Amino acid sequence: MKVNKKKHLDMYLKMVQTRKFEERAAKLFVQGKVHGTAHFCIGEEATGIGVCSALEEEDYILQTHRGHNQGIGKNMDIKLMMAEFLGKETGYCKGKGGCMHIADFSKGSLGANGIVGGGLPLAVGAALSQKYQKKKNITVGFFGDGAANEGTFHESLNLASIWDLPVLFVCTNNYYGMSNHISKAMNINDIAVRADSYGIRGLSIDGNDLLKVYEETIKARKYVLEQGPMLLVLNTYRWMGHSKSDPQAYRTKKEVEEWKKKCPIKRYSKYLLENKIASQEELTDLDEKAVRDIDAAVEFAENSPEPRIENIFDDVYAD
Amino acid sequence: MREITYAEAINEALSEEMRKDEKIIFLGEDIGVYGGAFGVSRGMLEEFGEERILDTPISEMAITGAAVGAAMTGLRPVVEIMFSDFMTLAMDQLVNQAAKTRFQFGGQVNVPMVLRAPGGSGTGAAEQHSQSLEAWVCHVPGLKVVIPSTPYDAKGLLKSAMRDNNPVVFLEQKLLYRIKGEVPEPGDDYVIPLGKADIKREGTDLTIITYGRMVQRCLETAENFASEGVDIEVIDIRSLVPLDKEGLIASAKKTGKVVIVHEACQTGGYGGELSSVIVDSEAFFYLDAPIKRVGGLDVPIPYNPGLEAEVVPTVDSISRAVRELL
Repeated sequence: MKVNKKKHLDMYLKMVQTRKFEERAAKLFVQGKVHGTAHFCIGEEATGIGVCSALEEEDYILQTHRGHNQGIGKNMDIKLMMAEFLGKETGYCKGKGGCMHIADFSKGSLGANGIVGGGLPLAVGAALSQKYQKKKNITVGFFGDGAANEGTFHESLNLASIWDLPVLFVCTNNYYGMSNHISKAMNINDIAVRADSYGIRGLSIDGNDLLKVYEETIKARKYVLEQGPMLLVLNTYRWMGHSKSDPQAYRTKKEVEEWKKKCPIKRYSKYLLENKIASQEELTDLDEKAVRDIDAAVEFAENSPEPRIENIFDDVYAD
Repeated sequence: MREITYAEAINEALSEEMRKDEKIIFLGEDIGVYGGAFGVSRGMLEEFGEERILDTPISEMAITGAAVGAAMTGLRPVVEIMFSDFMTLAMDQLVNQAAKTRFQFGGQVNVPMVLRAPGGSGTGAAEQHSQSLEAWVCHVPGLKVVIPSTPYDAKGLLKSAMRDNNPVVFLEQKLLYRIKGEVPEPGDDYVIPLGKADIKREGTDLTIITYGRMVQRCLETAENFASEGVDIEVIDIRSLVPLDKEGLIASAKKTGKVVIVHEACQTGGYGGELSSVIVDSEAFFYLDAPIKRVGGLDVPIPYNPGLEAEVVPTVDSISRAVRELL
């Protein structure tokens, strides 16, 4: 598949922006500047960036709680993301949702979800809407390996299948549902085989290979539009704990170090350099741009006003 | 005026709105060829086709969530849950998704959907098909909750619910589906706003506040007392959320005596909220006696018809409560 240089560099930048966003977010926690929690996707950047880079603007995504890469991939505004993370009035959700409930309907993100597997039925509904309105677009429902054991997963795949809806179910398998290793949660080695139960296509690939994720999503998007729903499993690994308060007693440092060697960003930069798609100088420029973008986002967020209690009833009900 | 049944009135509301608004789709188990477990959607598949009348597998969670997702993206879905007891299977999608979507995303999107489900006992369907679970959903900000007691109200309130831009839980009453009542001709596009109680019987001596199937029973009680010269006012709140607080307070001030009646279990029931609305207001100073609640016994609904009839308020038990206040 021919990918032009602009696209390559855009995807590289977005992966680095995601990494820098989360590294800075983690630092803000340490500095005591953030109240609440966050779930980091460091190590998983290629999944959300690769998938969303293959989508059209009017395609929808339903994000997970670990979805900064999905949002940045769908062109969400980093300043508004950071402001929401800090709970500010200028954030995407006016400080009411935090990063576990972030959305940008103008960019096709129908929101992140704090309920494991909670977004899957919504993805089915959004795809039903697209089909009913005769749009040539798809909906991506992101979920994790843990969600593959929720009832919503099974009901949603079945419903999408019998109604032949344009949904791409994307599983970011990072091998742990909080502390529980996938081997203790299911008796299969590959989540993609579950697609067979619902009469849809399943595919499992290396989720740390950005280009592979991007290319397979391009193909999957076409397949979904022409032939109906599909399950795409991206095998990856989260480097950080489940959330900010995770001592990680359930895995060894060695295991984490082994996965760090498979860093999706380093792997992609190596590919870009070896194939002479980009120079080291160009990549360094993008790395620096990402840091500047995050700096600007933090400055914007920190200088933004707190939401006011006077407005708390706004948005509970629509007029 | 012509008379039609409660079920027919609901069918008319659904059909008339669907004719006017292409964005409305209708999802549920056995709502197509079967016409719905209680016959509400008879004839709708033939008129609107499979694209808009979506017979679903038995997957309450997915169909409720699919309605939320469709509502977020430009449609106005109606979901039928066959028995309100099965809302338990859809609770995450209703409580954590439908109700919170607008608020948690800072008002970026609306969720205009209606979830219809029949509740109540009296059919011998026993513990898992007879509950009145309205208090659960009233406790969730973001949802509206409506329970109509007559064919006229059912049609007018459902039209309002379908035009509302919020998720509305519309709890129908199984035992009312076959009752008849006056409803204007189909061309008369009347609607009843949500949040407006209806005085079903005016009176001066005592107020009974109720809703749903119990409205009939309270009216019967009121007629019995009329022969003794006691003039009872019966208020049907119709919409639990939003609630017509002013209407309740005004009636309590007028009569000074209040009995609250509902079929749902008394403990944690919505009657506690209704009572509090009155005692928290200036109506407190007009009360001549404590407010009495008559709710269902705190037991699951039993199978045996004799037992089933006795675990919910009866004309006798309502009358006893009234008499205590006179």
